[in-house]
Amino acid sequence: MRKTEENIFKFLMILSTIIISSTLFLILYTIFSRGVGSLSWNMISKIPEGGFYIGKGGGILNAIIGSVYITFGSTLLGLLVSIPIVIYINVYAKKNSLLANITRLSYDILFGIPSIVYGAFGFAIMVYMGLKTSLLAGIITVTLMIIPILVRAIDEVVRVVPEDMSNSVYSLGGTRYETAKILLRQSIPGIITAILLSFGRAIGDAACVLFTAGFTDSIPTSLDQPAATLPLSIFFQLSSPIQEVQNRAYAAATILTIIVLIISIAAKIASKNLSKNII
Amino acid sequence: MIIQPHISIQNLNVHIGENHILKNINLDIPDKKVTSLIGPSGCGKTTLLKTMNRLLDRQTDVRVEGKVLVDGENIYDPKVEVTHIRKKMGLLSQRPFPLPMNIYDNIAYGQRIHGNNNKKDLDEIVEKHLRGVNLWDEVKDRLKSPATRLSIGQQQRLCLARGLAIEPEIILGDEPTSALDPISTQHIEELFLQLKEKYTIVLVTHILRQARRVSDYIGFVYMGEIIEFGPTEEILLNPKEKLTRDYVKGFLS
Repeated sequence: MRKTEENIFKFLMILSTIIISSTLFLILYTIFSRGVGSLSWNMISKIPEGGFYIGKGGGILNAIIGSVYITFGSTLLGLLVSIPIVIYINVYAKKNSLLANITRLSYDILFGIPSIVYGAFGFAIMVYMGLKTSLLAGIITVTLMIIPILVRAIDEVVRVVPEDMSNSVYSLGGTRYETAKILLRQSIPGIITAILLSFGRAIGDAACVLFTAGFTDSIPTSLDQPAATLPLSIFFQLSSPIQEVQNRAYAAATILTIIVLIISIAAKIASKNLSKNII
Repeated sequence: MIIQPHISIQNLNVHIGENHILKNINLDIPDKKVTSLIGPSGCGKTTLLKTMNRLLDRQTDVRVEGKVLVDGENIYDPKVEVTHIRKKMGLLSQRPFPLPMNIYDNIAYGQRIHGNNNKKDLDEIVEKHLRGVNLWDEVKDRLKSPATRLSIGQQQRLCLARGLAIEPEIILGDEPTSALDPISTQHIEELFLQLKEKYTIVLVTHILRQARRVSDYIGFVYMGEIIEFGPTEEILLNPKEKLTRDYVKGFLS
């Protein structure tokens, strides 16, 4: 009887696993099958020509470059802010101190705020400061969105480093700064996962950049120019009634997916090489 | 016999939150001897050890009153630089925790953070201390491989060498053999017997036989108090206090 029960649940678990993984493959299949036909060298090497959105020539290089700028810029900026926060609450603040707990709670809340709210917030700040839509505004808004992801994910891995590890450094006469460096070194795989998570969110988010980075057909050459992004490019092309333009949207989605794939694989390799010493 | 104290604890009281963990401790740790702190789990012996290198500082709600004099200097004096105090002591914890680096860097780490970056110097120090813990022959061909590849017993000796490489005067051991197999335990104990020529060793242990094998003096800690302190033979064979007698005979645990 208990054996049957176990078998039923095992079956249900396998079933749900299959459903979920087949959804992933279905998504990839849909995007690739519809996109690959429109994928061409022009697509990734040219900016839109006049009438691109009604089926004329050109490509989405503007959106690829814009997305890369915004994603790398915000991930870098996000790390520069997040790592000191994590170090502060784990090394400098006393364990379970009020400040550390409040910080963790606020990042939990920020984590759950939808990206359109960040977009609106960024937009409000821009208007207040009299800025136009620009690459910089986009980067800052996306950074604000991914900081909670980075802080929570990195905090989670730094926190579980055994206390004896920090005690080892302290007892060798190490300062808190030196302890922090060891903790980060020990947490490299987790930090890379955190970067990947935030990278994925940053490159795929449309709502954050809609009002802040804007959209343009040219490639930005400085931080105060507007920048196109892949999600918005997909959105604009997909809302076209013309079949050919819609297919290009799928091609753009294919490119986006491939970028994320390349970054994930590169991160996996980097993680493996960087973490051979950790305990 | 006059004991020359290296660490002198005077009227030490430690509160963690509402709990009075250590009660009015007075203890002189003799110089260049092995002193064991024994007592049942939760009696405060590890906390007592951690007050000696101020590792308690990190915890919230800790209140330390009283003095701990190391070489006559009160380490709880607000003017004291804590890294300087800790540099005088090597700590060996219950489980070895090598740093996330290779074997060589683990030993060199302490020297490096204290400003020594001379390659030749470091090479010598690494070899000397790995030899000192009888690990050199086992690892000399793979100094650049991760410290985690070592067995746990080797890791503990590595951690001892790492501590010794900062040239401390005192070695603090917090049940350093509790995670080790009997052979590795024997290695560590033998090392302690060699090292007491040059270092003052304080050892927290709950293994009475170990205390008997390695220590010159024993302090019996019970419910946050030092019940009795004296030479090993005296404490184990002829204790004055009833509590000590009960513990040594195994009635109290």
